[in-house]
Amino acid sequence: MLRSLAFLILAATAQWALAKEAAPAAADPALEQRVMALSAELRCLVCQNQTIADSSAPLAEDLRNQVREKMRQGASDNQIVDYMVARYGDFVLYRPPFKLTTVLLWFGPLLLLAGGFAVLVRRVLRRRPEQDLEMNASERKRAAELLAGNEAERR
Amino acid sequence: MNRFILPLAIFAALIALLGVGLTLNPREVPSPLIGKAAPHFELPQLRESAKTFTEKDMLGKVWVLNVWASWCVSCREEHPVLLDLAKSGSVPLYGLNYKDKREDGLAWLKSMGDPYQLSIYDFDGKVGIDYGVYGVPETYVIDKLGVIRYKRIGPLTPEIVKDKVLPLVQELGRA
Repeated sequence: MLRSLAFLILAATAQWALAKEAAPAAADPALEQRVMALSAELRCLVCQNQTIADSSAPLAEDLRNQVREKMRQGASDNQIVDYMVARYGDFVLYRPPFKLTTVLLWFGPLLLLAGGFAVLVRRVLRRRPEQDLEMNASERKRAAELLAGNEAERR
Repeated sequence: MNRFILPLAIFAALIALLGVGLTLNPREVPSPLIGKAAPHFELPQLRESAKTFTEKDMLGKVWVLNVWASWCVSCREEHPVLLDLAKSGSVPLYGLNYKDKREDGLAWLKSMGDPYQLSIYDFDGKVGIDYGVYGVPETYVIDKLGVIRYKRIGPLTPEIVKDKVLPLVQELGRA
């Protein structure tokens, strides 16, 4: 009896929690999709390795609302991104822009790869040629002897 | 021997780069607002909700805007520093009560002391967004022309006030 009561309470609260979670799904699914798509490009400043689409921090929620509001007013994605960058800097962009200060960020890994490749090529080219394996007459004779005497020696 | 020098140099350079990276604080995002006009706001005051306050009221003065909230733990740590700054009278200090309940904000000022000339009340955090606020407390130094000259993310410490804020305020006051 007690157990089923507890279960009932749990079930009820779980449902309530779900209902609360689902609330932001707005009346306009197309708009909501745009909001989520753009939010997935913007970094949450509070929990820095999440996008504002993923994060449940209050600031992320505010920023999502801000994105939604701007879209309702007819702002383009670029305008909204500019709006965010003006306030929080390039750091809000999950895809950092390409400029002088981010050159190393973009090309660093490629540079390392090229460096590694250059070292590899140098090593391969510098390797000493294989030694001449041609046998002379006396070596040939010795080899023939060894081969001939093989059976006897093994026994 | 010679063949080890280049890899060793590369290794050392990499360690130096990573070492510097490790000592940086990723929470301190450089603000794009420095050197720009303080974003416009016109908000009700915390104490007298009928009256508003705007950054334009402060044109011609160097002033400090401090973003705070009663729910913010670091603000508690920062509060004595603000009280000292206010007592020194070296710069007018204004508060922005960020995403707070009005009665909580007022209770905070009553129990901890009020260092601010006045606080404005940003209930939904919209002005906070305009100022790029993401980690309360934050502090801005704004010059006579209404340009943001300095931003501190996180609590002010006596050292920061002494070494950064006050010298800057003096310099801007002379300009």
